[in-house]
Amino acid sequence: MRVFSCLEGAGDYLVLEALLRTAAPELPSQSSVYPVADRFERHTRDLLGIAYTDAPDTRRWLRHQAWDEGAFPLRHDYPVAGRPPEPTPADGAYPFRKVAGSGVYEIPVGPVHAGIIEPGHFRFSAVGEEILSLEEHLGYVHKGVEKLAVGRDPVALARLAGRVSGDTTVGHAWAACMAMERAAGCEVPARANELRALLCERERVANHLGDIGAICNDVGFSFAHYQCARLRECWQRRNALLFGHRLLMDCIVPGGICRDIQQAAIAGLLSEYATLRAELTSLFDLLQDIPALQDRLLTTGWLSPEDARELGCTGYVGKASGHAFDVRANHPYPPYDRFDIAIPVLEGCDVMARMQLRMREIEASLKWMEHLLGDLSDGPVAGAWPGDVASVQGMGFVDGWRGEIMVYLRFDGNGRVARYFPCDPSWHHWPALERLIEGNIVPDFPVCNKSVNGSYSGTDL
Amino acid sequence: MLRILNKTIRLGVLTEARPGSDNAELERLGIAVKRRVTRRFSGSLAIRAVDAGSCNACELEIHALNNPYHDIERFGVHFVASPRHADVLLVTGPVSRHMQTALIRTFEAMPAPRFVIAAGTCACTGGEFGVSYASCGAVGNVLPVDVEIPGCPPAPIHLLQGILALLRA
Repeated sequence: MRVFSCLEGAGDYLVLEALLRTAAPELPSQSSVYPVADRFERHTRDLLGIAYTDAPDTRRWLRHQAWDEGAFPLRHDYPVAGRPPEPTPADGAYPFRKVAGSGVYEIPVGPVHAGIIEPGHFRFSAVGEEILSLEEHLGYVHKGVEKLAVGRDPVALARLAGRVSGDTTVGHAWAACMAMERAAGCEVPARANELRALLCERERVANHLGDIGAICNDVGFSFAHYQCARLRECWQRRNALLFGHRLLMDCIVPGGICRDIQQAAIAGLLSEYATLRAELTSLFDLLQDIPALQDRLLTTGWLSPEDARELGCTGYVGKASGHAFDVRANHPYPPYDRFDIAIPVLEGCDVMARMQLRMREIEASLKWMEHLLGDLSDGPVAGAWPGDVASVQGMGFVDGWRGEIMVYLRFDGNGRVARYFPCDPSWHHWPALERLIEGNIVPDFPVCNKSVNGSYSGTDL
Repeated sequence: MLRILNKTIRLGVLTEARPGSDNAELERLGIAVKRRVTRRFSGSLAIRAVDAGSCNACELEIHALNNPYHDIERFGVHFVASPRHADVLLVTGPVSRHMQTALIRTFEAMPAPRFVIAAGTCACTGGEFGVSYASCGAVGNVLPVDVEIPGCPPAPIHLLQGILALLRA
């Protein structure tokens, strides 16, 4: 069994490989050095049976009650159908950490939450209103993405990647295609890369708009919610008009994209940007001038720069805590390598900073898309897929709207996918939520959670 | 405050007309169900949404039902936090094995008469994920489903048509 781990430093990536005996795979745990490695280790132990020596946390993570302790679904000899009990019982006996002390009580929340939101379990330990600790228990939307990837052809893998986390369909499809293209030596035309970036920035703007409104709504300021939802809806309708899908699903395919834009559409896009910018200038100005919002968002959900760095937080979570990492600037890929990208960074570390960071990122994306459209290459939007792809592997790195998306992919001897692992930035953001919530009041959890907005589906896989 | 009022008044009402009722579409959704709902719920429908394993794209489009353009509440349709208050269970995603019992319990907590809408291709057929060690596939494999709204994800207008189908006589 070959195990890879990927480390990042100053924009360079280092991949380490270890060869283990399949009969009894064992590795020393890295969680005491890299705390964020904890869930990756437990994930691979539950799915592949790798034992980690000296692991600080030996509890199961992804495994609930659908398969037994000695079964490892991601191994090749485990059938896709498995042998799940019918019905699969609830995972009621997960051993949560106990917080003891006078007046400490627990609040169990989930997996079914009150709103229209993904499922997961949160266990709060609180005294009065104050949260002493939060422990997450995720894995509820595990649907076997890594197992289902095995045996797929590139087109079908791209479709699956587009559904790892629906809100990041462009980012994940792009990263998966990049990994496949690098593995196969497939040349992607310049215009295709430029339009991929355009789609990716559109996804960023749409999600940031939605989140800014939702953050304000979580502290009772519905005006912002309706304004942002309105702008997001217009934005999504333009997506449907130009690219055939409101969320841009399945637009990115191996080798390029599936749909070109016409010259006439460019003028429409540019005027859309100008309109949105004018709207947002006054709206953002207003939002940052409301004392009630400042009262609720400033100092709330404070994530220290040290924690953000230690957990490897990227995207708005890392950047709002002073961590200026962005794949587009630090490890640039086409077309971002042609431009200087200004990456907004804030030092506020709180919910307000994460909201303001999104505002800055929307402005930056609009400016960047204008540059891109002003200098769009001619030519085809899809390259030919090489015929002889066998036993090769590749990685893809994309800065999605949440942050760094990293994909590992290997093809078998027949050009079919043998292994696929998409690493969503939420792997780093969920542990950050546990840290930043400490000391906050229970009613502020929704707004803190929204300011981070981790993907459940993207990490449960 | 004046700036907020100014913005609100200048924008005016954006809400769009209700979608046209395509007879074939209504037929497909089941006229019998609609008659029962209209009679028993007096045109007001409380929905409990449960993500049973979706990729979250369906949730984005369900959220869009509440935006100013669609404003689903004008039809008497509202989303509630507790299954005890709900007439309809709106389920997205293939049902993951890990969510199977939670989904069944949510359904059982609802007072009768109760209805289940499977929203999105995964909920209707299992979609990209199907049946596996980790997934039960379609919602219909776990609960009795009254209305199916396909789409990956279904656009708000299609969700609206599907939900309104339960209300129309």
